[in-house]
Amino acid sequence: MVRQTGGARECLLLPAHSPMQKLGYIPGMCDVPETFTDWFAIRGWHIHPHQRDMLDHAHNPTTLLIAPTGGGKTLAGFLPSLIELSLQSNAPGGLHTLYISPLKALAADIRRNLMTPIDEMGLPIRVEDRTGDTPSSRKRRQRADPPHILLTTPESLALLTSYEDAPRMFAGLQRVIIDEVHALAESKRGDQLMLALSRLQGLCPNLRRVGLSATVEDPQAIASFMSSASDPCTILQADPGPDPDIAMLETETPPPWAGGGAAYAIPAVLEHVKAHKTTLIFHNTRAQAELFFHNLWLANDEALPIGIHHGSLDRQQRERVEAAMQRGDLRAIVCTGSLDLGIDWGDVDLVIQIGAPKNVKRLVQRIGRANHRYNAPSKALLVPANRFEVVECRAALQAVRAHDLDGDPRGPGPLDVLCQHILIAACAGPFDAAGLYQEVTQAGPYTSLTQDAFDACLEFCATGGYALRAYDQWQRLQKRSDGLWQLRDPRSARLIRMNIGTIQDTDTLKVRMRRARGGKPLGEIEEGFAAALTPGDTFLIGGRIVRFDALREMVVEVSRDAGRTPKIATFMGTKFATSTQLSDRILAMLAQDDWPELPSHTRDWLDLQRQVSHLPSKGRILIESFPHDQREHICVYGFAGRNAQQTLGLLLTKRMEDLGLAPLGFVATDYATLIWGLEPVLTADALFDPTGLRDGLETWLAGNALMKRTFRASATIAGLIQRNTPQARKSGRQATFSSDILYDTLAKYDPDHLLLEITRQEAMRGLIDFGRIEDMLARSRGQKSLLRLPRVTPLAAPLFLEAGRTPVQGAAQNRLLEEEAHKLMVAAGLDT
Amino acid sequence: MTGYQFTFAGHSLMALGSGALFLPDHHLLCVSDLHLGKSERRARQGAAPLPPYETRDTLSRLEADLTATEATTVICLGDSFDDRAAAEALQENEKLWVKTLQAGRRWVWIEGNHDPGPLDLGGMHLAEFTLASLTFRHIAQADQTGEISGHYHPKVSVRARGQTVTRPAFLIDSDRIILPAYGTYTGGLSSHSSVLSDLMRHKALAVLTGSQPLPVPMPRQPGP
Repeated sequence: MVRQTGGARECLLLPAHSPMQKLGYIPGMCDVPETFTDWFAIRGWHIHPHQRDMLDHAHNPTTLLIAPTGGGKTLAGFLPSLIELSLQSNAPGGLHTLYISPLKALAADIRRNLMTPIDEMGLPIRVEDRTGDTPSSRKRRQRADPPHILLTTPESLALLTSYEDAPRMFAGLQRVIIDEVHALAESKRGDQLMLALSRLQGLCPNLRRVGLSATVEDPQAIASFMSSASDPCTILQADPGPDPDIAMLETETPPPWAGGGAAYAIPAVLEHVKAHKTTLIFHNTRAQAELFFHNLWLANDEALPIGIHHGSLDRQQRERVEAAMQRGDLRAIVCTGSLDLGIDWGDVDLVIQIGAPKNVKRLVQRIGRANHRYNAPSKALLVPANRFEVVECRAALQAVRAHDLDGDPRGPGPLDVLCQHILIAACAGPFDAAGLYQEVTQAGPYTSLTQDAFDACLEFCATGGYALRAYDQWQRLQKRSDGLWQLRDPRSARLIRMNIGTIQDTDTLKVRMRRARGGKPLGEIEEGFAAALTPGDTFLIGGRIVRFDALREMVVEVSRDAGRTPKIATFMGTKFATSTQLSDRILAMLAQDDWPELPSHTRDWLDLQRQVSHLPSKGRILIESFPHDQREHICVYGFAGRNAQQTLGLLLTKRMEDLGLAPLGFVATDYATLIWGLEPVLTADALFDPTGLRDGLETWLAGNALMKRTFRASATIAGLIQRNTPQARKSGRQATFSSDILYDTLAKYDPDHLLLEITRQEAMRGLIDFGRIEDMLARSRGQKSLLRLPRVTPLAAPLFLEAGRTPVQGAAQNRLLEEEAHKLMVAAGLDT
Repeated sequence: MTGYQFTFAGHSLMALGSGALFLPDHHLLCVSDLHLGKSERRARQGAAPLPPYETRDTLSRLEADLTATEATTVICLGDSFDDRAAAEALQENEKLWVKTLQAGRRWVWIEGNHDPGPLDLGGMHLAEFTLASLTFRHIAQADQTGEISGHYHPKVSVRARGQTVTRPAFLIDSDRIILPAYGTYTGGLSSHSSVLSDLMRHKALAVLTGSQPLPVPMPRQPGP
């Protein structure tokens, strides 16, 4: 990476109308006010070059700062605001700076951190945070009398812009700081934020934007994402610091053939924990984190203080762990992506990544959490969970050393988020459609939005946009005689406001200890997992084994259960797919003649595969067909990531069923799909015809649960389904009908409806990820080798041990259900 | 036509996979909780406009059941309409469709909590209907026998080899039957809920709807 800090340092002059001049701030002045330099001096600090750069560019309409964790990034973002506000002594109050963070906890944390310099320098600056947790009395006061600096989240900001008094509240706003913008840029939360900023820019034309980002592969993409279409964005890169000290853990015992637990590495991991002050142990899924934590404690003879932290745990529990961490009481934390962002932990001196990192960029950001002292290398250790991950970890190490980060460019801004934005605009008051379109297309993700697409979204918000024009007298939005659009029923604003946001938590249920009334809350599990529990089943949560007792009022009641083997919670967590770039690196490694860099067990394994079959390659899809255990199998090495390989399994088994090959089930990993059935597959042409696969996506997969889940997410964001209603708040869950019914109804009667179109677009990524199947077909240009082999191959063997097998649906489900029903009837003595 | 046959209060009955209850000896078909006009009511209340296709979908299924069973008596067990105004706001072709289905049949609208009072849609309007030892009413009452009701939209989850399947279901014991909701836009109340567990006797059965109706012991809340 090129070092760009300390570039242009000359002082630029601002046009006379600049708000900065009104404040008496001399633009480009490199000297920081004495109050500040004194304060820095007392603490023995000096201003980092990139913090000074930010001051020099404080007048730019948009600035993106890319800095490693611990580089004083947040202060760099706030320093211009603090200086401007400190020079503003006689000016009226009012909102000056808005700070947006993806995490509520971060907003509160930043407020505490900001108060230190403000108090110590005696600056007359009011700082407040505002999130979903802020009491409503304070929220009301903040709207009437906003602080100088308001710290909030994208959702709370969207809510603020939905109020009629938004223009008054945001009048005078000078700067907006977007923290962790790299994370927001990957999600719909970011798209929503950019739409909200477009609206603010309309209210405050001189608003300046600052983005703070971790190291990313394509700074320009983040810059285009976060700047207004008509403004340029300056990109500042801080010194990335020395390269990390990163290695792969090598143990006496080779990693197992399959699985993700890495239990084999526990003794070695404990040794590393002992040898360091504080270790973060990252996992890819919550279930794996729970299991590892459990096993770690079983082996923790010295009772080292080790905690666990993930998104399914109760908030209080998480806060306790965070506080203990900040006090330095913990030697290690087993965690997931919930610690990827934000809070500065200070004393971490080792990061351990369990399981292949799946994505090099995320790995680099995680590694950056170790050793926050500027200019000290971070220390990290990769622990492959199975034999194949040895290859993947090695490929990831190469990528980190080559500074080759990955990232799939996101498409244009999604339309479901736009629909929600239109509804939010309507809550704020009557709007002009042309003006709103103009404003929306200023937002980075929506610059290429067509008038037609916008009109379709507006129509959806107004009438539902159905082919059957029914109940037009009850439109949600109405066009008035003056041409402005408004809510037909002003009371519906409440419902819209209650449902603002794009975060889709899968339906989860709270878990509590049974015992006394209002037993201790432990966290949350998925509704689907809870439904599969029968009383007496045990699972892990928060590092302890609990027994399921009962489901009462939508709360999972459990009791303590010591010493039994748990049934593992299948927390959804996020199952990341291995990125395209990392998959390509693995394929490139497999193409080598030999692998001196790999441990001998893995090297021998690949060698054997090459002898008995082929190694998968980038330009040709390898398909192995072989009998095993009285069944026929094919193994398809697509290297398309687990979601796409899963979808491929669904599509291929359907085609096999049509061809009479009697598939029974399949299992998918990041690199391959293994399908078993009754008939041997001897040719692949009919199976892999791209048109046929695409048709399968359109027709057969259209009825699949994954499509329905994708639809539910989009329909909720677009405002067709309300998760929160005033009634539901009062009485707990209502007997609302499932969104699957809406999906089926639309598919049957209105297949061209906007929401189905959005669902098809979403299917290209995410859970279905058909885009990666298209990529796979494109990169191999239809080239494939089907090898008929006498027995299972070395590379296919681990797939037989993978969990998460999917039986072929359809007739099979009814048969299973009948069997089960019969068993239950017999057991209950009801069989006649 | 697939159905689960059983005897109740001396009558031979059949729980159809569609969620309708058929009494072959009386050529009587009973359906509950059609909730016609739900999308109109939702739109009127200012909520998001739902796809306005549920009435035609529900009537299509009802028509198919009537054709298959050749029923001459139809009992709609209450909450046939999402509310009074929704009944009045049905599209003309939908009202006509209801009239066509009624032609040549005895048709009874039982009052529900959503649709009290008579409606201008043909047929009889009754609070309850009795047929020999059977009583048809919308909401189950305590200490009754031979009672057939709806209202609760019961649904049942069964776990089969790790997969959980949830479907609307009939609840049946020696004294009462609770019908699943027949309407397209209807949700369900789990058989685990205390109100259903309290109403139904311990030996109650649940019959899952679907292409092949399936009886299972009614899953319920384990006792405290």
